[in-house]
Amino acid sequence: MAMPDVVLSVENLTKHFTARGSLLRRSPHVVRALDGVSFDLRASETLGIVGESGCGKSTLARTIVGLERPTAGRVTLRGEDVHAARGRDLRVLRRRVQIVLQDPYTSLNPRRTVRDLLLQPFEIHRDLLPRARREARIDELVELVGLNPDHLDRYPFQFSGGQRQRIGIARALALEPEVIVCDEPVSALDVSIQAQVVNLFQRLQRELGLSYVFIAHDLSVVRHISDRIGVMYLGKMAELGDRTDVYDTPRHPYTSALLSAVPVPDPALRGTRSRRLLEGDPPSPVDPPSGCRFRTRCWKAQDVCATTEPPLTAPDPREQAFACHFPMTQPATTAS
Amino acid sequence: MTETLLDGPTTDVRAPVLSVRDLSVEFDTRDGALPALQGVSLDVHAGRTLALLGESGSGKSVTAQTVMGLLDPPGRVTGGSVLFRGADLLTASAEERRRVSGEEIAIVFQDALSSLNPVFTVGEQIAELLRVRRGMGRRAAAARAVELLERVRIPAPADRARDYPHQFSGGMRQRVMIALALALEPTVLIADEPTTALDVTVQAQIMDLILDLQRELDMGLVLITHDLGVVAEVADTVAVMYAGRIVEQGTVHELFAAPAHPYTRGLLRSIPRVDREDDTLWAIPGTPPSLLGRAPGCAFAPRCDAVVERCTVERPALVDPEPLSPGTRRLSACHRREEVLHGHA
Ligand SMILES: Nc1ncnc2c1ncn2[C@@H]1O[C@H](COP(=O)(O)OP(=O)(O)OP(=O)(O)O)[C@@H](O)[C@H]1O
Ligand SMILES: Nc1ncnc2c1ncn2[C@@H]1O[C@H](COP(=O)(O)OP(=O)(O)O)[C@@H](O)[C@H]1O
Ligand code: SF4
Ligand code: SF4
Ligand SMILES: [Mg+2]
Ligand SMILES: [Mg+2]
Repeated sequence: MAMPDVVLSVENLTKHFTARGSLLRRSPHVVRALDGVSFDLRASETLGIVGESGCGKSTLARTIVGLERPTAGRVTLRGEDVHAARGRDLRVLRRRVQIVLQDPYTSLNPRRTVRDLLLQPFEIHRDLLPRARREARIDELVELVGLNPDHLDRYPFQFSGGQRQRIGIARALALEPEVIVCDEPVSALDVSIQAQVVNLFQRLQRELGLSYVFIAHDLSVVRHISDRIGVMYLGKMAELGDRTDVYDTPRHPYTSALLSAVPVPDPALRGTRSRRLLEGDPPSPVDPPSGCRFRTRCWKAQDVCATTEPPLTAPDPREQAFACHFPMTQPATTAS
Repeated sequence: MTETLLDGPTTDVRAPVLSVRDLSVEFDTRDGALPALQGVSLDVHAGRTLALLGESGSGKSVTAQTVMGLLDPPGRVTGGSVLFRGADLLTASAEERRRVSGEEIAIVFQDALSSLNPVFTVGEQIAELLRVRRGMGRRAAAARAVELLERVRIPAPADRARDYPHQFSGGMRQRVMIALALALEPTVLIADEPTTALDVTVQAQIMDLILDLQRELDMGLVLITHDLGVVAEVADTVAVMYAGRIVEQGTVHELFAAPAHPYTRGLLRSIPRVDREDDTLWAIPGTPPSLLGRAPGCAFAPRCDAVVERCTVERPALVDPEPLSPGTRRLSACHRREEVLHGHA
């Protein structure tokens, strides 16, 4: 049974794409983009998702919000199956889980003014708010995300990247969702603007009690904004737990290598951090390695890693879950 | 290595191989002349790394393009010089210009796919360069191309030489770009956001590769980036750009330890860290300014937390505050540079 404060539950979520044959590959093949991912998202919590390009983060995001139908597994919002719903139920469920995308430049229709863009959700969900009250709600939204209300009749191209992301957020908030899935929401922004938008996400969470699934490839931003963090590799969850556990004492070799590659903005620490360079790129999700999917790049791999897939478990329930036969050992004493 | 030097912001005693002096560039636009660079000066030393740090639109790529002779209309140089070993490339003969910017100074761009030719194999592209520039024979050039691919650690280089650019992953393609840039063993390598679109794992591989090759060839490296982490890990000196000017310059250790410009300070405070947890993130308010129709004072004034009245009327020059330690000088274009440097503003 799910814990009472679980808002969104992802169970064994799987999405396989069948891609047509190409010049190089004659027969159709199956891209195992997402292969049995499970987690719970609690109320007012941020779950960060990290992992290399192609590991399935966007597929996870799109499947959670119902833009893709899962091949297997399910997503439940307070116990209701998001993909089984039909008609009115479906619309209500959709409303309660919104998505914010990476690219503020392409996710907004260029021919509509900000006002139109913000009115649109109410036209799709007509029963939510009577027409007469919609304009007032838009003023509220604009204020909430820190946009200038005088700019409501402008078009997206007249805004900077950061402002466009605020428009995207206002749109996601229009229908008062409980969960927002954010797929690389600050990746296209400049450093100084990124901090503004991260702070906006955090303020909105405090004020509105939102829960976030926050996907980003910037591991520093994810640590900052998340309560818990999931590390994905080739369509699977490699490690999942509290942010401090995952980042300070990673147990999965992949997490450890990934974190060690992140540059720290302090030249005084140069040469003091141990780094493990991962060779090459992740293998193709069309033909993932047997057993543990990380084994082709793992320096700890043994024979069993090729034959037996390690399950995602938490040997100590107070600590993070990880999927590895030979996990990184924790430091015996906690240094500094 | 470090000696007292009174004529420049770096600590290197060797003369710079590349010097940009007071460079100004404008673009003619429908709305008037856009001053993309306004008096930019930089020194690049053999074997050392200068990081050019700034947000998008600050002028990093225009600087690189101008140095490389790649600035096309509507862009035009309105002042300054680009000195390679003391000789100004902006007034050099077309032939000398071509020689230097092909053989002595090379560039690697962020977007390797659009800078490689899609209809030739990567082996052909490298070999072609060697034939044209070095007069190598077909067979020798092809063999050398494979060697270069091996040197940038592309697995199975002889096979991969026969592949087309689109058959490579982003990281592998960036290695191909680096192999091309290094084919002629340049004196200076300009890397314009070489890892921005890549995963951290691949970024670490590529930066390692660039630094190894830099050591091997004693190259001067200009690393253009907006990533403060990368700068902290690899740069010797840093130049921070804002709105077409360099606003702060110094050694990486000094600049990170005690910034002397409020913009640098704001940037350093606004990035979260992977190795610790901070509750709130400082955010520089506002957005980068439009370069058109700029007000007379400091370009950063509308966003600055240390702004005073003088800032909106008088543009601060890039001059040094009190020396922090013998042999080093810091440049900061801020009226309150000393107060900022010492944490009093
Ligand atoms: N519609 C599709 N048809 C076929 N394959 C797909 C489709 N969508 C995604 N994939 C593949 O599924 C895998 C996971 O893709 P996804 O976009 O989820 O990755 P990601 O983790 O979001 O990567 P990035 O960090 O680059 O955004 C990739 O191999 C991708 O090429
Ligand atoms: N071809 C061009 N035409 C007009 N303006 C340009 C052109 N190229 C660059 N600019 C302008 O010059 C300024 C600096 O750009 P750039 O050097 O590309 O910035 P970055 O620091 O992001 O590399 C920006 O205001 C940009 O819009
Ligand atoms: S299960 Fe084996 S291959 Fe996989 S991460 Fe652990 S040690 Fe490495
Ligand atoms: S000159 Fe004034 S406005 Fe500009 S950075 Fe310094 S204190 Fe801020
Ligand atoms: Mg994605
Ligand atoms: Mg650029």
